[in-house]
Amino acid sequence: MANNNEKLAISIKGMHKWYGDFHVLRDINIEVKKGEIIVVCGPSGSGKSTMIRCINRLEEHQQGQIIVDGIELTNDIKKIDEVRREVGMCFQHFNLFPHLTVLENCTLAPIWVRGIPKKEAEETAMHFLEKVKIPDQALKYPGQLSGGQQQRVAIARSLCMKPRTILFDEPTSALDPEMIKEVLDVMIELAEEGMTMICVTHEMGFARKVADRVIFMDAGQIVEENTPAEFFDNPQNERTQLFLSQILH
Amino acid sequence: MSIETKKYPVGMHPALPPPSGSVGPLRWMRDNLFSSVSNTVLTLLGLYLVYIIVPPFIQWAFIDSVVYGAESRKECLAIMGEDRGACWSFVYRRWGQFVYGFYPIEERWRVNVAFILTFITIAVVLVEKLRANKPVLIVGILLPVVSFFLITGNSLFGLVDVPTNKMGGVLLTLIVGLSGIFVSLPISIMLALSRISKLPIFSIIATIFIEFIRGVPLITLLFIASTLLSYFLPAGSNFDLLLRVLIMVTIFSAAYIAEVIRGGLAAIPTGQYEAADALGLSYWQSMRLIILPQALKISIPGIVGSFIGLFKDTTLVVIIGLLDPLGIGMAAISTTAWAGLSTELYVFIGLFFFIFCFSMSRYSLYLEKKLQTGHNN
Repeated sequence: MANNNEKLAISIKGMHKWYGDFHVLRDINIEVKKGEIIVVCGPSGSGKSTMIRCINRLEEHQQGQIIVDGIELTNDIKKIDEVRREVGMCFQHFNLFPHLTVLENCTLAPIWVRGIPKKEAEETAMHFLEKVKIPDQALKYPGQLSGGQQQRVAIARSLCMKPRTILFDEPTSALDPEMIKEVLDVMIELAEEGMTMICVTHEMGFARKVADRVIFMDAGQIVEENTPAEFFDNPQNERTQLFLSQILH
Repeated sequence: MSIETKKYPVGMHPALPPPSGSVGPLRWMRDNLFSSVSNTVLTLLGLYLVYIIVPPFIQWAFIDSVVYGAESRKECLAIMGEDRGACWSFVYRRWGQFVYGFYPIEERWRVNVAFILTFITIAVVLVEKLRANKPVLIVGILLPVVSFFLITGNSLFGLVDVPTNKMGGVLLTLIVGLSGIFVSLPISIMLALSRISKLPIFSIIATIFIEFIRGVPLITLLFIASTLLSYFLPAGSNFDLLLRVLIMVTIFSAAYIAEVIRGGLAAIPTGQYEAADALGLSYWQSMRLIILPQALKISIPGIVGSFIGLFKDTTLVVIIGLLDPLGIGMAAISTTAWAGLSTELYVFIGLFFFIFCFSMSRYSLYLEKKLQTGHNN
């Protein structure tokens, strides 16, 4: 049992969440092993974003259990911060800090949260900016970059904290079609290096290529969970079939 | 007639100069001063107003005026022959009082040193290159403490104690204005953060405080400071009047600035808070490093507006018997020597306040431009 827990990056059991009276997440159960790539999809309003935002406690769950890296998320701020240090997140709208340069965006958390010396943090940041292929933009401000570049900076910013898991909340939804590929390429590279990833995305090509499992959600519930091959070629649930027929044309 | 075109491959088209008449000063005048009939009329009207106001003022203030040699208004008039120019002798003779109030003449050097120290502090706080140097910054921030002891004396270092009721003029304005500005900013930030805090105890206290202070005129607060407070304080306690005034002016402007900052905080997208949280920054770290720098930047015009208001409101201390430059001047024109003067006084005081307020305004514009990082949120 203990051994099993060690292999689990994230374990969600019987999790429920309400917004006021509205029951937004209903009985969510997910286990993510270390190094697994999970893609979460589903129609808008199905609760996918809310679900992954619960994993680093940007949203609070009211019932059930969420354990990240062996730490259970409760109201304990220390534990929340501990989880957030180990779990990176990339947002739909990047949420870079506009008053800081790209490099400062990347070094801020390592310096202040991890207490890493500035010089070392900058070296790490340049390493990851090279990885996402924009080291030459390091001294610019986010407002001077294109959407795709901003999202890649956001990924580098997460990586600089050397997280064990990264959550992606629709990372390509706000991008021009021309820029989606450059972001996906970075994500694929990360996946191949063994990062644990949970991605809310509608990029089915990405899901097919790198996902270990695809989770389909509707109306706050997990409808179907399967390997990409099974999920796309042989969907079990009617709702999944309808959804796939609509997005795959 | 056909329009000539020449084909270039894409990306090879040379940058051509704009057609003549679309740039240059004449074009600028046509666009900005004479773009329509009504604008032309307004431009001419403006020029006419400048013509009827500026030359006579220059004549009065500079050409026909008397600066030296007169000991009273009568002598001024005697020199001019008739009442046609400004009698700046008044300002010249009363200069010491305008600057130092009733500070003992033999001790005025202390005020001068304090002025210089304060100037250094302001330079350190405002100029980024100086501020970036830690030791310089620390010295700059500690200098006001030195100034405080220099001005009050407090019998330290063998300095004669100078009671605050001797302080007046520009010295008083700067004491009240600058300490108000420097102390009210941090207080207002705390008030704004408290007001939007999720913890009801903080938000309720901050809201009551802000709404109470904003709902009461500054004059009322100053009266409370000068009279009412003595009833509440234990008998015989000596709570300096100037200090009481300082506290009132500071909390008054803090309440206003807090609301300006709250507006700035409200303009920060929630994504910024979330990104800071997701990176594991603590509340204070995310406020200090992420939220406040952006919120304060948005609030600069409003904050500086409040500072300017505070600086000008320092003239209200006249009402409770403290003599700022305006008070000194009004006392001076009611003496027999200078009775009958008034315009000179108000022009002089106006110029004094204008120089300070205009500088603040320009600095705020400079700061806004400097902090522009190619984004609009």
